[in-house]
Amino acid sequence: MTSARTFFRRFGGLLQKEFVQIVRDPSSIAIALVMPVVLLLLIGFGISLDARNVRFGIVDENRSVESAGLFQSFANTPYFRPFSFLTAKAAEAALMRGDIEGFVVLRSDFTRRVADPIRAADIAIIVNGVDANNARIVTGYAQGVVATWLLGHRRDRAQPALSPITVENRYWFNPEIRSTNFIVPGLIAMVMTMIGALLTALVVAREWERGTMEAMLASPASMTEILLGKLVAYFVLGLGGLAVSVFIGLFVFEVPFRGAAEVLIAVSSVFLIVSLAMGLLISTVARSQFVAAQLAFLVTFMPALILSGLMFDIESMPPWVQAVTTVFPARYFVSSLQTLFLAGTVWPVLLPNLAMLVGFAVVFLALAIARTRRSLE
Amino acid sequence: MPASVTLTNLGKSFGTTAALTDVTAAIGAGQITGLVGPDGAGKTTLLRLIAGLLTPDKGTLEVLGHAATDRDAVRGDIGYMPQRFGLYEDLTVQENLNLQADLHDLDEAARSERFATLLQFTGLAPFSRRLAGQLSGGMKQKLGLACALLPRPKLLLLDEPSAGVDPASRRELWRIVRTMAGTGVAIVWSTAYLDEAERCDSFLLLDGGRLLASGSPSDFTRRLEGRTFLIDLPERQRHRVQREAAALPSIADATIQGRSLRLVLKEGSALPDLSELVGARALPRPTRPRFEDAFVSLLLADRPPVSAPGIQATSAPSADGIAIEARDLTRDFGKFRAVDKVSFTVRPGEIFGLLGPNGAGKSTTFRMLCGLLAPSAGSAHVAGVDLGRARATARERIGYMSQKFSLYGNLSVRDNLDFFSGVYGLAGRRRSSRIAWTIESFDLGSVADLEAGTLPLGFKQRLALGCALLHEPQVLFLDEPTSGVDPLMRREFWSRIGGLADGGVTVLVTSHFMEEAEYCDRLGIVYAGRMIASGSPDAMKQRFVTAALPEPTLEDAFVGLIREHDAERQGAAAA
Amino acid sequence: MWRRIAALILKEFKMLWKDRKSRMVLVVPPLVQLVLFGSAATFEVSNAALGLWIEDRARPAQELVSRFEASPAFHVVARFDNPQAVREALDTQRVKAVLHVGQTFSADVAAGRHARVQLLLDGRKSNAALILQSYALGIVESYNLARVGQAAVELNMHPRAWFNPNFDSRWFILPGLTVLLTIVAILLITALSVARERELGTFEQLLVTPLRPMEILVGKTVPALCIGFVEANLIAALACFAYGVPFVGSVVLFNVAIAVFVLSAVGIGLVISSVAKTQQQAILGVFLFLSPAMVLSGFTTPIANMPDWAQALTHLNPIRYMVTLSRGIFLQDLSWALAWPQLWPMALIGCVTLGYATWLFSRRLE
Repeated sequence: MTSARTFFRRFGGLLQKEFVQIVRDPSSIAIALVMPVVLLLLIGFGISLDARNVRFGIVDENRSVESAGLFQSFANTPYFRPFSFLTAKAAEAALMRGDIEGFVVLRSDFTRRVADPIRAADIAIIVNGVDANNARIVTGYAQGVVATWLLGHRRDRAQPALSPITVENRYWFNPEIRSTNFIVPGLIAMVMTMIGALLTALVVAREWERGTMEAMLASPASMTEILLGKLVAYFVLGLGGLAVSVFIGLFVFEVPFRGAAEVLIAVSSVFLIVSLAMGLLISTVARSQFVAAQLAFLVTFMPALILSGLMFDIESMPPWVQAVTTVFPARYFVSSLQTLFLAGTVWPVLLPNLAMLVGFAVVFLALAIARTRRSLE
Repeated sequence: MPASVTLTNLGKSFGTTAALTDVTAAIGAGQITGLVGPDGAGKTTLLRLIAGLLTPDKGTLEVLGHAATDRDAVRGDIGYMPQRFGLYEDLTVQENLNLQADLHDLDEAARSERFATLLQFTGLAPFSRRLAGQLSGGMKQKLGLACALLPRPKLLLLDEPSAGVDPASRRELWRIVRTMAGTGVAIVWSTAYLDEAERCDSFLLLDGGRLLASGSPSDFTRRLEGRTFLIDLPERQRHRVQREAAALPSIADATIQGRSLRLVLKEGSALPDLSELVGARALPRPTRPRFEDAFVSLLLADRPPVSAPGIQATSAPSADGIAIEARDLTRDFGKFRAVDKVSFTVRPGEIFGLLGPNGAGKSTTFRMLCGLLAPSAGSAHVAGVDLGRARATARERIGYMSQKFSLYGNLSVRDNLDFFSGVYGLAGRRRSSRIAWTIESFDLGSVADLEAGTLPLGFKQRLALGCALLHEPQVLFLDEPTSGVDPLMRREFWSRIGGLADGGVTVLVTSHFMEEAEYCDRLGIVYAGRMIASGSPDAMKQRFVTAALPEPTLEDAFVGLIREHDAERQGAAAA
Repeated sequence: MWRRIAALILKEFKMLWKDRKSRMVLVVPPLVQLVLFGSAATFEVSNAALGLWIEDRARPAQELVSRFEASPAFHVVARFDNPQAVREALDTQRVKAVLHVGQTFSADVAAGRHARVQLLLDGRKSNAALILQSYALGIVESYNLARVGQAAVELNMHPRAWFNPNFDSRWFILPGLTVLLTIVAILLITALSVARERELGTFEQLLVTPLRPMEILVGKTVPALCIGFVEANLIAALACFAYGVPFVGSVVLFNVAIAVFVLSAVGIGLVISSVAKTQQQAILGVFLFLSPAMVLSGFTTPIANMPDWAQALTHLNPIRYMVTLSRGIFLQDLSWALAWPQLWPMALIGCVTLGYATWLFSRRLE
């Protein structure tokens, strides 16, 4: 039986070695600290669901005070940048070219019909439906602009109007519905998945390549100690990367943080172990690099983007896809981070996620140790 | 003598391939046991089994008195140095040692004493703060050894410690290991170099996972006493003479050794009359049998003798009588000058060897001559073409075979031939006839539709050579062509090369393998970026004949030349 | 020269075909991803868990609530009677939204006063929240219409979405996914093929043959081009027949665009592979290029929403142009004239990267 002192000396030696290597080899520091910054900034700014300055056409066949007023209403919102067209044909051509996202058509009888109590005025709102999500949002905004204009117009003319029921929306946790607020916490999860996996996968592969793994295995150090030493060292490095990411989220993207910091650290630590262990696992099966590349891509980036609930609502997916999402750890971390950043320390959400992550950590570590042991065979 | 390791009917397979079959042997304490055999013979598997990295499938294995199932008890008593030494290159010498000390739980007092001893012992003391990655091959090897020796092991396992290390460092290593054996440590030294086996106290000879022979090397070679001879060769047609001699019924083995032919007689045969082949004046003189002679005659016992046909080269030699000319060839990598004004010429039909330790510049020189690298200064002419001006034209006239036998492993033999004939621009009838010629002369008919990657080493080597010869090149470049293959394959390979040379094909070969160098007509020794000597193997050996060393080997000559050069440089630096 | 290139191309195909693993890798992951992501990547929200907090028991409130209950978008899972319960349900994500009808609602409606209902949404998933909000708006609007009758409406708004009348996000995602899956395969093939040859030593073998760097490049490009064609058309066909995405444009234009796109991708792959020394590094390079390039392509969210500097960056990204083209050809029958502004930048990227790769290849010999 190994005495505690022996264990600490061995383990201390392994740790020290890992840290010296990290300091000497800039590539692992680059992966852990520089890559999150670059990816987070690029993707954080790159993914945005907030439509701003949508180029929108106003086909004005009416040419009246009313139509000019409506044009002005479009210009006054931050969502639209209106362009005036004389004919629907011209606007259609612009839509085909992609110059505008949509347009409204105000017919020549617009003024008369707006004032007509019997026959309501027709306004055609046409949007480019290719980007369905964006189209829906733009349509909503456009309808809103027209409705607001109409209300004002009526008020100006002191027209009596039957009050419609209106919906007042209140967004909890994210009152200005900035998509950045929920995308950035998710992104941190995605970036950490990639980095954790990359760090260990590359580092372990290098040890095999140079024959140092073999030398370690022949020494009295046990497999668990060797892998643990690696894990702890890169865990510390990964926490650094996480800190950088959180810092960017808070101060560059100005995402609020409402949870408890220690809970964030706890959840992130568990997730980091999961992704480091995943890297270990990839490196042990990555004998054929071509297949491993596909594998890494298949299990990290694309699922983190599509299946983690970061972009798409998991509950709206078909049941079998929902079942698939449960095996990607990123899903649980995305949900935890979004809650911690925007809602606070809500244990009923966090606990099940944390439990799943701990489960993944245990399974992946056990698999990694078992597979590495057999790697020489 | 107590046995440190006992193997009984040991077997190990990976999937369906058997790596070791039925090995029974004992390794004694205080001895150096050579684990000898070609690549893929099972040497590394056996070492890993003993080190406890693998568990045996069959048989029993007892290490230092403990069974294979109880390895943790002895792990601290085993020193293991894997191939390429297992060092952390971005750690310093001292840090590498510290790590090993921590892993073996040495306390402060013990470790400072061990460090001092080992650093002094290996001569690494002045370099303790240097990164391991910046050490030379020889120094890395010593550091790897120091790491393995740190816990005072009772059993030291060295996996190809001398691969890629220059002969001078190799001798140094032997000195250290010999001292260790004197203190009672059992040492296992695996090697593909047969000449190293002769220096061991005992040996285990593996081939294809089976133990072919074991015992003491002197007993092994003694069986050939009186059956080995040297005979002078004529100036011309040396390779033809060798081939014909090898085909004689009473001859077990005939190899070219410089200007002489080395003959091994079959058991019970008398020396045949060779005057027809070598002329009446040449007289055979008896010589001491070597390990390789014994190995070859052993292999021949269960394998049919090789009948490699002499390939007739079909291309015409270049007109001006010079096939390769390097003039002041220089190459810089950044600030580092890898090759410094190397000049030499090779005549058509000559086999010229570039010999030198790793990192000395021989590969760089070689790559410049076959057009893989452009020189920083100087010029290279190959097959009558200036490489600086018409590289593509030159490439049509050269064939190239690399150490790794660069074949497409998942294509069949025929697909490989199709491809290489295509990229050399062969077409129509010429293409099909050349492919047919290759399949026939290299005896590839039986495997033509198999995937190249699944072939045994010997077939791969033949296929690689065949691919390099498809377009009938005037000059053939060979990069370490026979390192790690068994001696029979090497003989077969060189007999083909000899045939080509006789037909006028010029051959340039690089090697750090002394046995390979013996086949060359002339050698150039590259050291520290310069060509420090050139000439025939015999002429080089001749310079180092002394009373104590009447029959110096090429390695002796090599080490001597490098020493002279170093001394000269130091003298120049002092002045 | 053509004979040499032909031999090289033939070899590349044989290599890919004979290796069961690479054959699998080319076919299986793209299909799995298409099926998985095709089903997962939907912005639609259905069956969203809705909580009700109704403080008004009168008829108008009942009518409105029953409309919510009938909607396929919502699924009522809970009823609350105090704000604490609402807060807790939203916090714990038991409900995505809560409909709040205040005590005075029915009275306001009856009196012709401005009546309002509240929708409380979970802003953690603000995309889903936005969509739910628009569904709720639609339900209230239709209730308004039913209540006041046609005559009282002064304005008929007719929103129409061209090319995708039902706002089906699959029509948007799948043409883009076709492009992404194609480039992943192409990049891996080209980047790894050179790196693999380098590891095996066969690359040197090629360099000592009379093949010129340019010829090696052509030999590596043509197979990738063919595989790109097959892959893109296969995925496109699946998108049409398995997922019912319309393909209204020109198949010829689609393939011309794919050809230009694949050339630019091959160029990028070859640049990565001529910088990388090992397959591992090549994979890392592909990874580092692809992850931001996918995001900055407009595949998930509109480029117009990005900040200006990020929009400027997207112009260097061939995926951006091809995603636009693919969607245009699939859904809106893009004409050749309208395709041209997307085609030439891709062609330019292709020329630059292929040229750079050639230069890198020949420089390795210097």
